[in-house]
Amino acid sequence: MFKCKTSAEVGGMGHSVKRKEDARFLHGKGKYVDDVKLPGMLHMVMVRSPYAYAKITNINKDSALAVPGVLAVITGQDLAQYNLHWMPTLLSDTQMVLPTDTVMHQNQEVCAIIATDRYAAADGADAIEIEYEPMAAIVDPFKSLDKDAPLLRPDKEGQKDNHIYHWERGNREKTDAAIAKADVVVSERIYLPRIHVASIETCGCVASYDKDTQKLLVYLTTQAPHAIRTVVALVAGHVGLSEEKIRIISPDIGGGFGGKVPVYPAYVVAIAATFLIGKPVKWIEDRSENLTNGFARDYHMDCTLAASKDGKIQAFKVKTLADHGYTDSSANPSKYPTGMFSICTGSYDYADAFAELDAVYTNKAPGGVAYRCSFRVTEAVHAIERMVDKLAHKLNMDPAMLRLQNFIKKEQFPYASPLGWSYDSGDYEATLKKAMEMVGYDDFKKEQAEKRKQGKLMGIGISTFTEVVGAGPSKDFDILGIAMFDSAEIRVHPTGKALARFGTKSQGQGHETTYAQILAEELGIPYSDIEIEEGDTDTAPYGLGTYASRSTPTAGAAAAIAARKLRDKGKKIAAYLLEVSEEDIEWEVGKYFVKGAPEKSKTIQDVVFAAYTNIPPGMEPGFEATHYYDPPNLTFPNGAYICVVEVDKETGSIDVRRFVAIDDCGNVINPMIVEGQVHGGLTQGIAPAMYEAIEYDDEGNVLNGTLMDYLVPTAVESPHWETGHTVTPSPHHPLGAKGVAESPTVGAPPAIANAIIDALSPLGIEHLDIPITPAKVWEAIQAHS
Amino acid sequence: MIPANFTYHRAHSVQDAIALAESLGEEAKYMSGGHSLLPMMKLRFATPEHIIDISKIEGLSFIKEEGDLLKIGGLTTQSEMEHSKLIREKYPIFSDAIKLTADPSVRNVGTMGGNIAHGDAANDQPALMLAMRATIVAEGPEGRKTIPIDAFFHGFYMTALEPADVLVEIHVPKAKKRSGGAYYKMERKVGDYATAGVAVYLELDDSGTCREIGIGLTNVSAVPMRVDRAEDLLRGKKITQDLMDQAGAMAAEDCEPTSDLRGSEAYKRSLVHTLTKRMLNKALERAGQ
Amino acid sequence: MKHEITLKINGQSVSAEVDSRLLLVHFIREHLSMTGTHIGCDTSNCGACTVLLDGKSIKSCTYLAVRADGAEITTIEGLAAEGTNHPIQQGFHDQHGLHCGFCTPGMIMRSVELLKNNPNPTEEEIRWGISGNLCRCTGYNNIVKAIQQAAGEMQKEKQTAV
Repeated sequence: MFKCKTSAEVGGMGHSVKRKEDARFLHGKGKYVDDVKLPGMLHMVMVRSPYAYAKITNINKDSALAVPGVLAVITGQDLAQYNLHWMPTLLSDTQMVLPTDTVMHQNQEVCAIIATDRYAAADGADAIEIEYEPMAAIVDPFKSLDKDAPLLRPDKEGQKDNHIYHWERGNREKTDAAIAKADVVVSERIYLPRIHVASIETCGCVASYDKDTQKLLVYLTTQAPHAIRTVVALVAGHVGLSEEKIRIISPDIGGGFGGKVPVYPAYVVAIAATFLIGKPVKWIEDRSENLTNGFARDYHMDCTLAASKDGKIQAFKVKTLADHGYTDSSANPSKYPTGMFSICTGSYDYADAFAELDAVYTNKAPGGVAYRCSFRVTEAVHAIERMVDKLAHKLNMDPAMLRLQNFIKKEQFPYASPLGWSYDSGDYEATLKKAMEMVGYDDFKKEQAEKRKQGKLMGIGISTFTEVVGAGPSKDFDILGIAMFDSAEIRVHPTGKALARFGTKSQGQGHETTYAQILAEELGIPYSDIEIEEGDTDTAPYGLGTYASRSTPTAGAAAAIAARKLRDKGKKIAAYLLEVSEEDIEWEVGKYFVKGAPEKSKTIQDVVFAAYTNIPPGMEPGFEATHYYDPPNLTFPNGAYICVVEVDKETGSIDVRRFVAIDDCGNVINPMIVEGQVHGGLTQGIAPAMYEAIEYDDEGNVLNGTLMDYLVPTAVESPHWETGHTVTPSPHHPLGAKGVAESPTVGAPPAIANAIIDALSPLGIEHLDIPITPAKVWEAIQAHS
Repeated sequence: MIPANFTYHRAHSVQDAIALAESLGEEAKYMSGGHSLLPMMKLRFATPEHIIDISKIEGLSFIKEEGDLLKIGGLTTQSEMEHSKLIREKYPIFSDAIKLTADPSVRNVGTMGGNIAHGDAANDQPALMLAMRATIVAEGPEGRKTIPIDAFFHGFYMTALEPADVLVEIHVPKAKKRSGGAYYKMERKVGDYATAGVAVYLELDDSGTCREIGIGLTNVSAVPMRVDRAEDLLRGKKITQDLMDQAGAMAAEDCEPTSDLRGSEAYKRSLVHTLTKRMLNKALERAGQ
Repeated sequence: MKHEITLKINGQSVSAEVDSRLLLVHFIREHLSMTGTHIGCDTSNCGACTVLLDGKSIKSCTYLAVRADGAEITTIEGLAAEGTNHPIQQGFHDQHGLHCGFCTPGMIMRSVELLKNNPNPTEEEIRWGISGNLCRCTGYNNIVKAIQQAAGEMQKEKQTAV
């Protein structure tokens, strides 16, 4: 385990110091986008399409403009005059800002109402008259490629059908051959439905253009303010918005989870509106708009896993159909259209794997976003972890034993995965064994055997996942060509207190505390003396933002290295002050001392003061450093989760009796915060496993676009989580740390699904897609009895 | 989400409310807790021109036993029921239901009268009222009237209340030594409307024979419904496991659920069967059987 | 139509003219500029807008401002004296019961009434008691612990007072 090097007062790594950011939130003084009020500010409401696919034949602005307080209606035709009606997506597709003639999904933005207050804007949206000519929508992605399917994107040059892209990785021939000669082969089509991150704060912005200074200021619910600034400059450069004149402020963010990475059309409309009208414009998404725009998942995966009869996994193959909606607007910063899906070979050691994917257009909202995971990792992990369980069932082996038998061994790291990743570190066996011991695996197995004799349905489910986080190395990642580094800038003031700024943006992760702890660890300055700032592009160093559990792997590393630059400078100053040569100076947290004479020392504060007051001859004054960190590799946190459930045969109700999560995220900066992140991720794991899915009818209407029907778990549905850790430091990260906040969201769904399916297995049930609801369980029981 | 414009009126007495309703006509709606009406107005599914706020009328919030009856004021909130010692100790069927209705903050505002007067088969109280054979007392332009619950629910969101009627009291039988009631609904998550819900209320005689029984169902029909056939089966008999199963089967047959996001028709019928059995058992247990 | 209303908010008397349809949450946030009370769902499911009205937790997004005439309202800004923490605020801080902070004010205001009605709740009672308040970040474990800590502290305070 990790041993703290600093005192509790200094509060470096390993200390569960309480969060510095809490005070303002606890007293209602957080500043979120909707709390921003600028003089003369107008309100914007988006009018949205009731149809999934329709021609717009007429928009009559007059009835809306007649509403008291309504000042303007902005349509796609209006934006087309400035060539702002389309915008590029991160993945070389295009997305409408506002349509000029056709709507492509239900609740797509059709036009914007600008009014003096939000009540008048809502009345304007209600009053506007829009005529549509509905067309037959493509809802089923499997029908999207039918010969007679209408071409959804005739606007795209050379687009002959609704196919977006094909992607593949691995060796198809070798994998097919290995599967063909294997003793045992299991197959399954696994569907991960559309879900929504549903952060409690929806998206929104306040855009304000100052004609005199030609500066655009946008308060924005964004996880990546700098990237957005660059995107805005690229999208709107032709109308005179130049990057140095754009300031994006990401204030306090009420949860992100990936949903606040994309550029949503309404942001662009608000910017256009302030540019045209000259007054600040606020847009705040309502919950239904939030739930019906942007999405995660929607992968149909045909999986095949092959093994020898004694349980040695030999090959894995997966062929996926991805439904992207009407455009591929994936919030995916990797160079691969499927993100990090190729982590799908899992935690197991075998040679042959092949993954391929075809993406199609449908008349649904575009996406996707990640839902608290590295892009497409949850899909990958669900596929392999379900298949391993299915294999165990087929072999009549204990799923824990099968996993232990096939794990990549501790000494095999760094491990080259069959699909090309280099896993940095792990001790999968220790992690699973710890989870088994904590839950009391053997006792539950006995209890289960007893219960089965009585005809009762009890299940034990395991997931032993490998995550891939910390985007990322510039060879694998970029946003519009910008490498996925992140940054830290440290200014230590003469009195020994510091201000540090970062290119990331916390949305609840506690950066104001953990970054201060990293600096405390490296410099010995108490964390409480260090202010952390993020989110303002005018002041923070350029960075790519916070998502994909990348903040600690990238900006955290940048902080450590920038601090080490300062420590090196400090050593020179200390040598000067102590009148010895630099080689004779040693460092221990918080002070420099003379080798062999520890009583001759200077504290970091002494040294900092000297950097401003008693500078060694020839040295640049000041005590500031900046570092931009391009990670050499991703980090690969892992975990072993065990879930125990009981199922009520008559009603299908599922009772999660226990859930134990052992995570290994390397060295831990703040155990309290890590545990909190794991709890939260677990609840966002049970959510898609048992409750959440965005449902469409055959006409493309969203059936559950409010929180009445989109079932975000409450404290009652959320089990009492039990957590623990193993610690295998990342060998390439300066602090030995890995990301963690998303592991549980990735790891929990298969553990829960495996447990429920295990409970139902005596009835002959071998697979159920998530969300596994009581109704679904009941239907499955009926079909198997 | 913002409601369309309307004019708010506050009623200071029942008579005041009735006079307002009469003068404002069809475009006026009463609001008590507002947790059914206001969300519909925010979605602009409902756009009344006038809202008559009856929530501040004095004297309509009470829970008391009088004679053979438990009397509940129409403006009694669900929370007041939840925290009433009398209800917790003697009428656990209400505690069963209220725990599963919405959430504590909504229950602080939502009223018993509103839950019934909305005429929504998805609300929980109608099934309890049916099971307990409640009497609804309303005040209207023609004075006070009492409406047996079986004459109360007329259709989809339609009740025997005229537009200017105010639901002022709810009467149910006072708990007896050998009476018992129970309610449960399957819900997709806490606070959700029922996938299916069953309320059972019964009275036994000294020999343990079922003297009276009521079974009401939640959200498995367009109009809140009772299961007469199952009640007839059980009335006058000693209730055995076998009879409970038969009653459950009848309830499952007689209800009229539709398939939706909450589940298939078959699933809901099966739930009605299971929950009827379970609530019969629980009610019997509470009746001291 | 405009209505004259007078109410007490966080101990201060406030009079204002409001439209019939003005929602209480907008009155608090926009007219009174107290932005600690948040809006998360519009359908009374998430509880981010929870405030105390005459001591009871309500969802201010589903309550007309005009109906609050004569009421006493407490929002997160008025829970504790400047520079101090209410035991529930302290509990949330000590037990890491908040991440992004967006649900926190509503969650805390709901907890105030929960502990008033049930000073010594079990874990299950706490979970049911906050079931009208959604949190997307914390997984609720630490919120439960925060409320348990506060319950303990408030019991102690009460005993000391006696």
